Amino acid sequence: MALDEDRLEDWVELFDEDCDYRVTTRENVEQGLPNVLMWCDNKNMLRDRVESYREVNEYNLHYDRHVIGPLRMLGDGSFEASYSLFQTDLEGNSRLFSVGRYRVEAVMKDGLPKLKTVLVVADTGTIPSLLATPI
Amino acid sequence: MKVDWPRNDYSRVPFHLHHDPEVYELEMERIFRGPTWSYLCLEAELPKPHDFRTTWVGDTPVVVSRDKAGALHAFVNRCSHRGAMIVRELRGNAERLVCLYHRWCYSNAGELTGLPFRQGLRGEGGMPKDFDMKAVSPRRLRVQSLNGVVFGTFCEQTEPLEEYLGAFGTGMVKRFFHKPVKILGYSRQRIQGNWKLYAENLRDTYHASLLHEFFVTYGVDRATQKGGVKMDERHRHNMNHAYAASDSQEEALKAYADTAARLDRMRLRDTKLLQFKNEYADGMNLAAPTFFPNVLLIQINNSIGTRQIRPKGVDAHEVFQTLFCYEDDDEAMVRHRLLSANLVGPAGFVSMEDGEAIEVVQKASQSAKDSYAVIEMGGRGAVKDETHRVTESPIRGFWSYWAELMGVEAPGGIR
Repeated sequence: MALDEDRLEDWVELFDEDCDYRVTTRENVEQGLPNVLMWCDNKNMLRDRVESYREVNEYNLHYDRHVIGPLRMLGDGSFEASYSLFQTDLEGNSRLFSVGRYRVEAVMKDGLPKLKTVLVVADTGTIPSLLATPI
Repeated sequence: MKVDWPRNDYSRVPFHLHHDPEVYELEMERIFRGPTWSYLCLEAELPKPHDFRTTWVGDTPVVVSRDKAGALHAFVNRCSHRGAMIVRELRGNAERLVCLYHRWCYSNAGELTGLPFRQGLRGEGGMPKDFDMKAVSPRRLRVQSLNGVVFGTFCEQTEPLEEYLGAFGTGMVKRFFHKPVKILGYSRQRIQGNWKLYAENLRDTYHASLLHEFFVTYGVDRATQKGGVKMDERHRHNMNHAYAASDSQEEALKAYADTAARLDRMRLRDTKLLQFKNEYADGMNLAAPTFFPNVLLIQINNSIGTRQIRPKGVDAHEVFQTLFCYEDDDEAMVRHRLLSANLVGPAGFVSMEDGEAIEVVQKASQSAKDSYAVIEMGGRGAVKDETHRVTESPIRGFWSYWAELMGVEAPGGIR
């Protein structure tokens, strides 16, 4: 929701300070290759990404819309869910931007759930145009 | 085909060259299947006998394969029989490559070695007795590997690879691949723009520190650093490069005062992205040697890789990036390279903008088919190496060679 409403700073606040956010593709995962398209290994790196989007980087002007499937609990305490992410340009043209899955681990901090690790494995390995706002 | 060049130094380039399907078809024939060496893949991607992988040369699907003795081969990935793609996987290992349609069989060298029911059944049917399997085998490419970087050409006349790359190009391949590499992985980006817009972008050192504000803001690369552009003698290949920490903050502040860059106040909270561990004798922290027509080697700090341009029709192309490390890297160095990869690729802090810039050029120039791009930064006339980067003359070098191969040089055109 925060991403779809361009509240990137609020999205960062969902994470624990000691977190790990990665985006990779199914092509890499299936070949056992460690390459990542985006990797923040702590919350400061997430803050840096968001600040860079706000102040420094240029990217395609668009709206995001995530459609997230039911959460499945995995044996090790982590969760998994499929997603579809649509992008809509300023003139209202929508396209499927990415499909894939999330694997998420959360922790409780001061009575609030925080995201500890988020791994995005995109089936859509060929990124349309570019990847700026996080999946 | 005719091209109206208003100037013989290619400082005006007609926009219609990015939109005309006829131009695109000719490029595939005269450039990609012509007298050029195209990047195919890295040897590290097919280390063992019988390993194979698929790639593209222009719009032609190609298989690269290693035979039993370890020799590299490349051939068109299209069955001689009815034109089906022979290898559908990205990669694999097999002694025989078999087309799914009628099970025609190919060796690792791309020779047709067998087909079912060749002699017919019970004396009926089958292929004519004089059917010559060799004569119909898929078209092969000449293959040459330089320090593990595999190039291919369709043309018998193409000069030897090292001559084609020139002294500087050969030197740069040897620099990046001075010891064995290991593949870290891939990224792909599909940009809705003509492939030449990407080729131009790679020769445009002017845009680097302006479009990619991250470079300037966080001091990764600024035009005030020591650096420049180098080309081969024919000006078809080029390299944008810069030396780490070779300018001062004061100088940079002054130079970028009238741009939007905020190099005076922005700081990363986590600066490990910007750490550069020098590992080359020349001390460059940014090197992007680009080889006509389809590849560049890219080093930004400690992230190293290749980027291959795969044209996908007149108005789209894929940028296929292969990231690697050195075989003797320790775990910490691999992690550092992967974190540095935040800078490059489709989500890269200093590369994401290219996708957008190219797409907006393609969009807006569609309706400007009678007008021209203006390419004069760095001067007009002859194209030459520079020890600064306030230039886009390598773009003119690209067009001059493009025009030569396409048979449409400007009258008295520079080379």
